Amino acid sequence: MPQRQKLVIVGNGMAPGRMLEELLKRSPRAYDITIFNAEPRVNYDRIMLSPVLSAEKTFEDIIIHDDDWYAANDITLHKGKRVARIDRDAKVVEAEDGTAASYDRLVLATGSSPFIIPVPGHDLPGVLAYRDLDDVDAMVEAAEHGGKAVVIGGGLLGLEAAAGLQMRGMDVTVIHLMPTLMERQLDTAAGHLLRQAVEARGIKVLTEANTQSITEKDGKVAGVQIEDGRLLPADIVVMAVGIKPSSGIAKDAGLTVGRGISVDDTLCTSDPAVSAVGECVEHRGMCYGLVAPLYEMAKTLAANLAGEEASYTGSVTSTKLKVTGINLFSAGDFADAEGREEIVLRDASNGVYRRLVLEDNRIVGAVLYGDVADGAWFFDLIKRSTDISEMRDTVIFGQGFAGGTPLDPTAAVAALPDDGEICGCNGICKGTIVEAIGELGLKDVEGVRMHTKASASCGSCTGLVEQLLTLSLGDDYDPAGVPPMCGCTDLGHGDVRRLIVAKNLKTIPDVMQELEWTSSCGCAKCRPALNYYLLATWPGEYTDDNQSRFINERVHANIQKDGTYSVVPRMWGGITSADELRAIADVTDKFNVPTVKVTGGQRIDLLGIQKEDLPAVWADLNAAGLVSGHAYGKALRTVKTCVGTDWCRFGTQDSTGFGIRIEKFMWGSWTPAKVKMAVSGCPRNCSEATCKDVGVICVDSGYEIHFAGAAGLEIKGTVVLGHASTEDEALEIIVAVTQLYREQAYYLERIHKWAARVGVDTVREQIMDDVERRKALFERFCYSQKFSQIDPWAERVQGDQAHEFMPLADLTRMQAAE
Amino acid sequence: MDTDFIDIGTVEDVPVRGSRLVKTPDATIAIFKTMEGQIFAIEDKCPHLSGPLSQGIVHGNRVTCPLHNLVIDLANGQADGPGGGPNGKCVKTFPIEIMDGRILLKPFDVPSEKVA
Repeated sequence: MPQRQKLVIVGNGMAPGRMLEELLKRSPRAYDITIFNAEPRVNYDRIMLSPVLSAEKTFEDIIIHDDDWYAANDITLHKGKRVARIDRDAKVVEAEDGTAASYDRLVLATGSSPFIIPVPGHDLPGVLAYRDLDDVDAMVEAAEHGGKAVVIGGGLLGLEAAAGLQMRGMDVTVIHLMPTLMERQLDTAAGHLLRQAVEARGIKVLTEANTQSITEKDGKVAGVQIEDGRLLPADIVVMAVGIKPSSGIAKDAGLTVGRGISVDDTLCTSDPAVSAVGECVEHRGMCYGLVAPLYEMAKTLAANLAGEEASYTGSVTSTKLKVTGINLFSAGDFADAEGREEIVLRDASNGVYRRLVLEDNRIVGAVLYGDVADGAWFFDLIKRSTDISEMRDTVIFGQGFAGGTPLDPTAAVAALPDDGEICGCNGICKGTIVEAIGELGLKDVEGVRMHTKASASCGSCTGLVEQLLTLSLGDDYDPAGVPPMCGCTDLGHGDVRRLIVAKNLKTIPDVMQELEWTSSCGCAKCRPALNYYLLATWPGEYTDDNQSRFINERVHANIQKDGTYSVVPRMWGGITSADELRAIADVTDKFNVPTVKVTGGQRIDLLGIQKEDLPAVWADLNAAGLVSGHAYGKALRTVKTCVGTDWCRFGTQDSTGFGIRIEKFMWGSWTPAKVKMAVSGCPRNCSEATCKDVGVICVDSGYEIHFAGAAGLEIKGTVVLGHASTEDEALEIIVAVTQLYREQAYYLERIHKWAARVGVDTVREQIMDDVERRKALFERFCYSQKFSQIDPWAERVQGDQAHEFMPLADLTRMQAAE
Repeated sequence: MDTDFIDIGTVEDVPVRGSRLVKTPDATIAIFKTMEGQIFAIEDKCPHLSGPLSQGIVHGNRVTCPLHNLVIDLANGQADGPGGGPNGKCVKTFPIEIMDGRILLKPFDVPSEKVA
């Protein structure tokens, strides 16, 4: 077998990440690959840092390649190792800590660094850039103390940083040198509309403001001094005035460097063994800071490395501002120039603005504000240099109108040619997506994302992808990618959960107000879900809203078809006693309980109890030490056990004792849907642990922990979560996975559905590999239990919610005829 | 005194977005109070499979039946959906009057004739 060539990559951002994907797709075994990453982590979607800052997403949501991916592709990733020098003669790169690697081919992907204005005070603690996760973490930490933030720079990044900090609760001022915001992308009018929208969010904007210095107090930042004499107090200052290509090591190594590392159309530098890709590159006099051109370069470079011939000839770029609630799109070039004309559409009351810049009857630039649905179409016309003279009168109204087709978004997408671009970030065309949907039988947006990458980066083309699904699948497409929670909102469960945290919403009316619910007080679908989300998010702070609970959870018993209730007392681990059975027998006699049944979860169910009798039934059961079994709740129902080492000749551990321990630890906790558990003392599995939400199989060496099983509407065997050698460790794992489920799942989503949605592997990583995270989840569960382990039956026996059980008036003895 | 209307309790006795029951020889009547504090009285019996509507979740001027989620308009007893619910049937509503914070209910259909 021939020795594989050594490929070393310096940098682990989005451009080299994409380059590797493309390379591995073309020739998976061509190179022995080593990556040096100055950041101590895996590759993530940098353009999604803004949603992380605003708490609409988490870091885990934006990881592109996780550790497993590098392992699976046999790639050596040196995390947190910054390359100090390149020896081109010896073909070796060396990191600051001395780690070295030799190469046959070297790819420089050093990206860019934020531009820091060299004013006095720029190096004070509290002055931050906005470039990587460390910056975001620093901003999040600062925002926890509230206070004032000044963002220097009113461009794309500055505004996203400002919006994020404002959503985190800071008082934010943006100062911008130019007269209007985002002047590189927007004309004056659109800049003005944007300013209004930004100010409407409560962010102050100062334009034509030149920073003179950053003032200090107690060794850290205290404010920003503007040239005109104003002093803005600040607890943090974020500089987002631009980026410059990082070309230092290339320059030191003697490569040709202009503004960035100079490359030709094959992305080769002045040394044929060294290529460069991404933001560090200068190509045909251009440096790019947007993802689409980087991905185009990545694809070209991958093809070249794989031995194919490909060339990159430059990109037309478009941008979207990623601030929730502000829709802005711009593409191409719209500077005033000789021979250029423009078409402008304004609808101030609807906040809509469109401007097209034309040259020789071709669109060269487009700015859309408010309604950006036609962005992809205009962008396509720009890139193709389409002659628009025939539709010139109507082109500004967008594709639906200009094309003569009805104003139906699906028809608009249908009219796009196969090579029309849908996903700008990843350069994915309509034809590729339609083909993937057909050939791979994709059914939803997630599938398209996974297989084509379309809408996998900034996500703004999700609507277009959905329309392609509709077009390809017709009625078979269930836009369940993000179905709204209910008819009261357009938001899906995931968005609502995130926004509850991001916007610090603590009551149901707050959620409905802030998230613009369309009904006055919700409906029977959203209210129980919101009540759960608030309860799970703010334990101890949120007051449970009884009227937003389904009747079973409101009265702590199960409603039956005739309007009577069934009562299931808790029998820890399925163990009972003579006293308990006697109490149950007495209750049966005293209240004429028509049916007494043993359930599948090893409990006794008393059926046919009148609602008025419930408190009295509970009082009698409480007196014998029996408490609510939560058989009615989206909660821990039962832990089913076998007799384990107590009695069984095959038992390997104390499965009964452990089952009881789990149940005593976890009862009372509310969960997105019901949770059933079981502990089996040996692999013979008498308690049927492998079809439960969480199951334990005891073995000689400890505890095998299973999860994501089901034996209801669907039948599904569990998957193994991991192995624990002690009972304590097993408990910690079980509790942590339940807490993760409590924090991530959608209301009414069983554990197996949640696991399928987020991925079993990611659950395993978070619980089994990341011990710190597991412990934090465990702690959060314990904290929330402080407020939930109160027997609801005892409370009602004491008179709580008495109105529930008593009629308001009894007129039965009052004869109508009297 | 108008004998048709019977004082059954105060507005305060009924929880907001909740209900209380009034039992009569003919029917069980559910007294609902909406978010806005409006009081409605309808028979506690879903036209679908007789589910106890009083046990449902109240939203706007409507209630969702706890058994199979039929949505009933409290003002006119009509069900959501084409044809106004199963077999076009709707829930019986009862007249209500509020006086000085007390709820007066007219629970019987034709008391005057019966009296006569």
